[in-house]
Amino acid sequence: MTKGAEQNAQAAPLIDRRDERVKHAEGIGGSARAFWDRIRSGDLGSLPVVVGLAIIWTVFQSLNPVFLAPNNLVNLLFDCSTVGVIALGIVCILIVGEIDLSVGSVSGFASALIGVLWVNQGWPVAIAILAALVFGVLIGALYAVLFNRFGMPSFVVTLAGLLSILGLQLYLLGSTGSINLPYEAPLVNFGQLLVMPDPVSYALAALPGIVMFVLGHRIAARRREAGLSPQPLTSLLLRCVLVTVVLELVVYYLNLDRGIPWMFGLFVGLVVVMNYALTRTKWGRQMLAVGGNREAARRAGINVRFIYMTAFMLCSGLAAAGGILSAARLASASQQAGTGDVNLNAIAAAVIGGTSLFGGRGSAYSALLGIIVIQSIASGLTLLDLSSSLRYMITGAVLAIAVIVDSLARRSRVSHGRA
Amino acid sequence: MDRTQEQRDTREPVLSLRGISKHFGAVSALTDIDLDVHAGEVVALVGDNGAGKSTLVKILAGVHQPSSGSITFRGKPVTLPDPSAALALGIATVFQDLALCENLDVVANIFLGRELSPYRLDEVSMELKAWTLLNELSARIPSVREPVASLSGGQRQTVAIARSLLLEPKLILLDEPTAALGVAQTAEVLDLIERVRDRGLGVIMISHNMEDVRAVADRIAVLRLGRNNGVFEPDASNQELVSAITGAANNSVSRRASRRQAQGPAPEERP
Repeated sequence: MTKGAEQNAQAAPLIDRRDERVKHAEGIGGSARAFWDRIRSGDLGSLPVVVGLAIIWTVFQSLNPVFLAPNNLVNLLFDCSTVGVIALGIVCILIVGEIDLSVGSVSGFASALIGVLWVNQGWPVAIAILAALVFGVLIGALYAVLFNRFGMPSFVVTLAGLLSILGLQLYLLGSTGSINLPYEAPLVNFGQLLVMPDPVSYALAALPGIVMFVLGHRIAARRREAGLSPQPLTSLLLRCVLVTVVLELVVYYLNLDRGIPWMFGLFVGLVVVMNYALTRTKWGRQMLAVGGNREAARRAGINVRFIYMTAFMLCSGLAAAGGILSAARLASASQQAGTGDVNLNAIAAAVIGGTSLFGGRGSAYSALLGIIVIQSIASGLTLLDLSSSLRYMITGAVLAIAVIVDSLARRSRVSHGRA
Repeated sequence: MDRTQEQRDTREPVLSLRGISKHFGAVSALTDIDLDVHAGEVVALVGDNGAGKSTLVKILAGVHQPSSGSITFRGKPVTLPDPSAALALGIATVFQDLALCENLDVVANIFLGRELSPYRLDEVSMELKAWTLLNELSARIPSVREPVASLSGGQRQTVAIARSLLLEPKLILLDEPTAALGVAQTAEVLDLIERVRDRGLGVIMISHNMEDVRAVADRIAVLRLGRNNGVFEPDASNQELVSAITGAANNSVSRRASRRQAQGPAPEERP
């Protein structure tokens, strides 16, 4: 706090600082204390996932020193991107308090569609991708109609969808069983090889810090003008510098090997766009409102059915996008695509990342953080040469722990008045 | 009161209900309800628990649809198929169960469904407007950036009332506006109701607190078991009101009501 600000505060308290009962955190020590209070009241944010990730990485690194090598981490990022995009859709549907169990099937069918339309039928690849995306969005619209008009619970609708679409996928691939995508095609290159040139990756890593600072500065100026308390410049600057340094170090480390995959860049881009949509647009605000209290949202004049419709469509559409990416990653469209643990991994990633299963609470970044946890476990267990039976058990246990943490934190938030 | 009865009656009512009934299965929550609200008038709706007050308010807010009857708003017959239709017409409601989203902060709740600049939320302007509304109510809200779950009942009521004022409505429905408030806040809300009335808006207020009702109401409409049970002036005796509400010493009240109805369209002659 500068002297000028203090004098100002004595002359006329800022509009939002007139109530003397409220303690406002001042300076860096104050922010740290406020953060600690928030954690204690159960508003955990992304803390559990960061702690969990640290534990997982320490354990696997001590068991196998290859785990944290740049080469393995780059592979990890390639693998993250496919299921991560699906998890991003799951975040949308969980925020409105519903669930989609069919994302695995939709992604598998989308990859089958790519194989059939592009390789077998010879359509241009762009048209095939578009067709798969449109298919995903239409499936979501169908779910929403069944959910809105007939009041079917979302888990039943999507369970029916899981079976039907899996059947559709098997039917489509029936004669051949699996279709190999051409290795030299740009789509497959994108999924397997393409990485950012070093300068591009450094520049992109610097971007978040700069954008944060410019926007934060502008908002602080507007708040000061309007007579509201602005965020102190020092803490803003500190945060921006911290973000930039961490990101640049990560990029440097990954650039020791191949570098940042473009596919991961696409995933992060989608996460950023989704985060903007959820936090800074009317639509996102209404998504959270519907998830928090559906009746209150309806009485406020929000078109609740439309919000559910967009949530289902986004979820299925992103599942289809994830299926296309995984086809590119594997260079094939097979009957196994999208089956097995894809479904649960996507849902687990969203929940582990901090999106509540109970609705009304979550962020796009939880998909990013959660999928890194899930893929770290998968990759670590693969390096240890453990069977898939153990992999399933351990992933299941991690999911259970994540949901327990979510439930306990929710209970604590209720008792601290933060639900 | 500076307005005379004649002035009020020559004007068209801002809201006029005729023969409103509502059935929930075999239960008749409301039967043949008539009610007029004029601009610049506070009508208090009183009645025992289960008299149908909240059901009537929910019909006017578009939450329930009436089984039969007609609603005339500002001279035009209207239907209220959903809450947004009622809001669009200019009927704002503060519900008894407050209808706030506990996971969102105060600003988000006040602007719920009416956010400024939809593709790039204008948080600064919204926060400023929220503080303006809350200060008009002399609200004691610690921070508008905390989730509503952290507020007390009275603070939530204030947020709900502030929200209803945002749209500059023509008619405000208040369902038990003072039930959860402290002494000072009750006085503030009553002041606010008078301020709203003096701006020429119609106000319907449900309350169990006769003191509050007398303090601000221009007319008191009594519901009993889902039917009209008389309209009273605020200076009516407590006994009259209580008997109309409970139906205990029924006769004088019902005779009076029927006498008034028989005398036709001027329901408000002074005794």
